[in-house]
Amino acid sequence: MSRIGVFVCWCGSNIAGTVDVEKVREEAAKIPGVVSALDYKYMCSDPGQNSLRNIIKEKNLTGIVLAACSPHMHENTFRKAAAKEGLNPYFVEIANIREQVSWVHEDKERATAKAVDLMKMMVEKVKRDRPIEDVRVPLNKKALVIGGGIAGIQAALDIANGGVEVILVEKEPSIGGRMIQLDETFPTLDCSSCIMTPKMVEANQHPNIKLYTYSEVEDISGYIGNFKVKIKKKARSVVEKDCTGCGECWNACPMHKNVKSEFNVNLSERTAIYVPFPQAVPLVPVLDRSVCLHFKKGGKCQKCYDACGPKCINFDLQDEIIEETVGAIVASTGYDLMDTSMYGEYGYGKYKDVISGLQFERLLSASGPTEGLIKRPSDGKTPQTIVFVQCVGSRDPEKGVPYCSKVCCMYTAKHAKLFAHKVHGSQSYVFYIDIRSTSKGYEEFVRGTMEQDGAIYLRGRVSKIYEDEGKLIVKGADTLSGNQVEIAADMVVLATGVIPKKGSDKLAQMLGISYDKYGFFTESHPKLRPAESSTAGIFLAGMAQGPRDIPESVVSGSAAASKILGLFSKNEYEVEGTIANVNEATCVACFYCQRVCAYNAISKKEIKDRSGKLIKVVANVNPGLCTGCGACVNACFSKSIDVKGFMDDQIYAEIKALAV
Amino acid sequence: MEDKDVKKEEHKGRKHVEDSQGDPRIIAFVCNWCTYSGADLAGTSRMKYSDNVRVIKLPCTGRIDPLFIVEAFKKGAKGVLVSGCHPGDCHYTSGNYHSRRKYATFRDLLGYLGVDLDRVEFSWVSASEGNKWVSIINEFTDKIKSLPGKSTDIFTKK
Repeated sequence: MSRIGVFVCWCGSNIAGTVDVEKVREEAAKIPGVVSALDYKYMCSDPGQNSLRNIIKEKNLTGIVLAACSPHMHENTFRKAAAKEGLNPYFVEIANIREQVSWVHEDKERATAKAVDLMKMMVEKVKRDRPIEDVRVPLNKKALVIGGGIAGIQAALDIANGGVEVILVEKEPSIGGRMIQLDETFPTLDCSSCIMTPKMVEANQHPNIKLYTYSEVEDISGYIGNFKVKIKKKARSVVEKDCTGCGECWNACPMHKNVKSEFNVNLSERTAIYVPFPQAVPLVPVLDRSVCLHFKKGGKCQKCYDACGPKCINFDLQDEIIEETVGAIVASTGYDLMDTSMYGEYGYGKYKDVISGLQFERLLSASGPTEGLIKRPSDGKTPQTIVFVQCVGSRDPEKGVPYCSKVCCMYTAKHAKLFAHKVHGSQSYVFYIDIRSTSKGYEEFVRGTMEQDGAIYLRGRVSKIYEDEGKLIVKGADTLSGNQVEIAADMVVLATGVIPKKGSDKLAQMLGISYDKYGFFTESHPKLRPAESSTAGIFLAGMAQGPRDIPESVVSGSAAASKILGLFSKNEYEVEGTIANVNEATCVACFYCQRVCAYNAISKKEIKDRSGKLIKVVANVNPGLCTGCGACVNACFSKSIDVKGFMDDQIYAEIKALAV
Repeated sequence: MEDKDVKKEEHKGRKHVEDSQGDPRIIAFVCNWCTYSGADLAGTSRMKYSDNVRVIKLPCTGRIDPLFIVEAFKKGAKGVLVSGCHPGDCHYTSGNYHSRRKYATFRDLLGYLGVDLDRVEFSWVSASEGNKWVSIINEFTDKIKSLPGKSTDIFTKK
């Protein structure tokens, strides 16, 4: 038999002014099962809580109802008070008679009737409460960072400096990401490799960071504190620990004219065995088996092997699967550029001298294909006139994407500036829609490009680009003067929009985190939880979340790291006990619950008898992943799953208490 | 009693029966994160609204079993409101989508059972929309008051 205590709070005159609290108390005392009813001026005050605790002890209560303010206000206060008297804290229910009664209604009699109703509902609910224990999940204090761009490196370094082991997985042969491809960075024009390389080296040498390059995350299971990760370390064909990075192998490789360099965005060639760029970290080459003659022509060519001093080339190396257990994950997979070939009128891919912003970056870079000299890809001549076209793909819901890529305004201004610095007497034109230069020093930077470096900004779009007598004729509109313009350019640079890294949607599905319709990872709350994903223990950083520049990526990497360090400062992670619970006796293993679960929290569990014979398969809830939303409850046809704290019988009892 | 009266009145050809509709009980099934907080905000902002609504809090609209709605009508509710986070804002990522889909199909069934579909309302109220909560409750109450006194007892439908 239930022994319920009802406590009606006056909240000074906040409640008592509009609700007849004595009447609520009297009505409560009439309900079967209620053994104590009390009203008090301020239940949340120390004397209020003390009398609550005394009555729990004296009357040996099995549940308490507070007719008071919103549960969002003081539910925890009263739960803690109950717990101090040994009552399960989930045997506390709140009837919200302040925010949802006394403050919103004026007629005292009717407000009192409503307050009595709400109190009755909660008495019926608390009668049916079951004890709930919070779930404690042990934490494996090791972190995984997926993606070794600037955001991932920053996150890894911050976590490692906090004394926690980090595994940094990078798909490419070297860490560095997009940032290391850039030449100089806006708005201070410091050279990207000068500021990035030391960070890459630090990450590689850090005693707490284990680096897996040329590797991919193959599978992830588990939950916060206990993720099981499978990492595929692709066969490099080079024994890393013996390689000195001397370069004899790639100098000996006969395949030096056939393969486009990914790092230089197709502006140069690379060999079959190669390092993507001279400052690669680790400085260990990768043998691209898809083009290597040894693999294509039956093992005849082994020039690299012959050239290698320490004999670290091994054609027989196989992909390796490495298994790790980590407690938290940072997803920082970065971005790709959009394919702009659907803009046929711009002729990207058709005209060699129409290039993307990232290609222009490589032309500017001292370690790039032209050693930092701006040369046309078609004939190697130095261009005198360059037209920059902004918003190619971005802010174009018809053909591209509706969002702004955020970095193009700034890097185009930088390109025009560096072009003016490197080719004296040159002229650049920039077609733009709006200039977005909102961070520190950005607006001044763009103004400098216009005023000191003489770039001509034309507000409007380009309609057509075609080749005529060795020039690219750019036709466009200058909407500010209302004129159609035609510019004979030597080169055209398209500020191509950014999209999430190819395959990031698959990774998100593997991680069980949500992503938007473009494939960018979605944060748990766009404003208040920007570093967290929708799944506990998985954090986000960098452009994988949406367009952002270098400082923002660094900040997000540090934010994710600090969240992980905070999480790891405790030994256990506490999950609220109000989660789903399966009745294994009635579960029919249809797994509709699994389909609606947004958190991958439901798995299949085999029940076997003592001889190991399979008796039945049932749904199993992972407490580390379940958030207690209750979607599975409604998907269950056999009514075998319920959410603790919001059980079906409780809801029906609440409705019944309202019967008129 | 009430329903019998209503039927009598209907037989007399009168469409509006003030007595039985004067204080229509509304049961609102709301999610904890958006609508419940929105209703709390209406309180902290001291907005005033109709006092015939009784709120049942659930973690998410995805937890709302359509049978709760049937049960509410069985227990005498004259209107049922389901309200949760706006699409895309669900605290649990997709619970409100499940709810919306379920509601879309369930609505037809309710009509078949004899419930006047004007008595069932589905809405999105965010935690910042105290004013929207107030107007939804007031408008829904007015709407139900204006409805002909048709029975909501779904088991008396022939």
